[in-house]
Amino acid sequence: MGGYAEMRLSYLIVSFFICFSISARTIRVGSNRMYKNITAGIEAAEEGDTVLVDAGHYKERNLIINKSIVLAGINYPVLDGEKKYEIISVKTNRVVVNGFRIVHSGVSSLEDISGIKIYECRDVIIKNNILEDTFFGIYTQNGLNCIIENNILKATGKEEQQSGNGIHCWKSDSMRIIGNTVSGHRDGIYFEFVTNSIIWRNTSFQNLRYGLHFMFSHNNAYVTNIFQNNGAGVAVMYSHGVKMFNNYFLENWGDAAYGLLLKEITDSYIGGNHFEKNTSGIYMEGASRIEMEKNNFLGNGWAMKIQASCMDISVVKNNFIANTFDVSTNGSMMLNFFNNNYWDKYEGYDLNKDRIGDIPYRPVSLYSMIVEKNPPAMVLFRSFITSLMDKTEKILPGITPENLKDDHPMMRRL
Amino acid sequence: MTKIVKYVMADIIRNRIVLLYTAFLFIISFSMFSLEDNNSKALLSLLNIILIIVPLVSIIFSTIYVYNSSEFIELLVSQPLKRKTIWLSLFTGLAGSLSLAFLTGAGIPILIYQANAIGFMMIAMGLLLSIIFVAIAMLAVVKTRDKARGIGAAILLWLYFSLLFDGLVLFFLFQFADYPLEKPMIAVSALNPVDLGRILILMQMDVSAMMGYTGAVFKDFFGTYPGVIFSFGMMFLWTILPVWLSTRKFNHKDL
Repeated sequence: MGGYAEMRLSYLIVSFFICFSISARTIRVGSNRMYKNITAGIEAAEEGDTVLVDAGHYKERNLIINKSIVLAGINYPVLDGEKKYEIISVKTNRVVVNGFRIVHSGVSSLEDISGIKIYECRDVIIKNNILEDTFFGIYTQNGLNCIIENNILKATGKEEQQSGNGIHCWKSDSMRIIGNTVSGHRDGIYFEFVTNSIIWRNTSFQNLRYGLHFMFSHNNAYVTNIFQNNGAGVAVMYSHGVKMFNNYFLENWGDAAYGLLLKEITDSYIGGNHFEKNTSGIYMEGASRIEMEKNNFLGNGWAMKIQASCMDISVVKNNFIANTFDVSTNGSMMLNFFNNNYWDKYEGYDLNKDRIGDIPYRPVSLYSMIVEKNPPAMVLFRSFITSLMDKTEKILPGITPENLKDDHPMMRRL
Repeated sequence: MTKIVKYVMADIIRNRIVLLYTAFLFIISFSMFSLEDNNSKALLSLLNIILIIVPLVSIIFSTIYVYNSSEFIELLVSQPLKRKTIWLSLFTGLAGSLSLAFLTGAGIPILIYQANAIGFMMIAMGLLLSIIFVAIAMLAVVKTRDKARGIGAAILLWLYFSLLFDGLVLFFLFQFADYPLEKPMIAVSALNPVDLGRILILMQMDVSAMMGYTGAVFKDFFGTYPGVIFSFGMMFLWTILPVWLSTRKFNHKDL
């Protein structure tokens, strides 16, 4: 019992300290408050204060935050950039921006004008904001340990050149991008030189180019995001240590649109993702040492396109269902490994009832090779002659890669 | 004319082969929909039936039927009837009864399990292919007097439309691989009703794969209203042209 009392005492002491340390003020801004505009409110604030903004329409030009304060809005006050200015510039550490509607930023490709831009600082939190018609949405350069959470970004760009990215991070580390919704931008989420970050529960749809786009961004994790109906799907390049779990890649249509394009990606893990109704589910080029397991490929044109430049890719325990072509490739050499997948086109048998098919499955059909070499042959798709050719090729493989096969295909869906 | 059509249709519907054909279609389509765990696989098997079995049965049955009713035709010709009327009512009777067989055999299961754009397109294509192959069969019959040769020609025609033509197209594609062939391919596919039917059904079915570059070219044509109207127009042409040619031939034929 003595220990319990001691603990209570220590709690009391600690809470006293906390009370003293957060003796920060709250500064109210609004049409009938002391400060009529936010710039004046921020000027009056000191480090650690909260600037609380009433609902209303504010034209503050460029709002620069250079003190560690909390800037919070009540009922989404509107910050209008009048199509000229960058709206909020965060230039110091430990700033919180919460609950604003940020509209009409300027447009300039030279300066990358954004709705909210974080310059060389750390521990910044941007959450619960709505950004509409901004050039870049939320932009971080040289950020460290920042959180971008529950924001809604909506742009109405028509052309790639005239629109910026939704959430754009450049040379940042330990970022947390959580629960944002991005649409209508050039790239929904864009990373360059970003490391050790997590991208979780975001939705990125109907962006002009990519839903997610990153380059040279190592050791990041992408979990439970939805990428739907983007101009060119998702493209990730020149990175290693990429982890992708339980994401949805949906309805990315077009010849150069891919559910997921992997270019020069190494040492990565892709698991539990859904690829549904894409022209190509996954396209891989120069990728190596990637583990793919427990993914679902449903109703894609091509579930997987593996170029001959890939090696050491293991495709294990995935479901391939109702895809037009399961796997296609462009060469006869194959250094990748397929095992224990479920293929709905598998026609083998299972004599010993261990739920593993007794004969190997060859996911590359002759016709998919023909189409790869000679695209107009698509006109013969599902014709009698091509199915006849596929059947003969299955029995006597001559053109399709001999060792691209699943030796132990599953009999039932995983 | 209606009298002859009625007679021909009644005769064919009483025919055991057509009843068997109807039952076969019915059983196959029902079992496909109920056995396959996903509907898209059932539709694929059904697509193969529509593109292969339906033309085969239509062309061979019509050929044999017309040969077998040569005495009946001679009897009709001796009556005060126009030859054109006789021939056209024979065609209408055959096409009508085979379409009816397809509609009851495959149409009902499709409507039960897949009453959407894909299903309706499949039924439309099945009907059109039935009619087109009856027309082609009648052209083959009127061109050859010998029954064995006529049936042989019918089988060869079926083989040509469902297999050889595509083989030639593939050959052609590889010979001219260096040229952009997407647009010429649209014109080429109009030369074969089976290909037209297949492409029109696929436009409703395999949308994802069709959105690749080449697919998109086809989709931009066959997926739009002018394209669909063009393809249906071509298929009507495929019906009317053989019927017209065979009627002209029959008018002057020494029976």
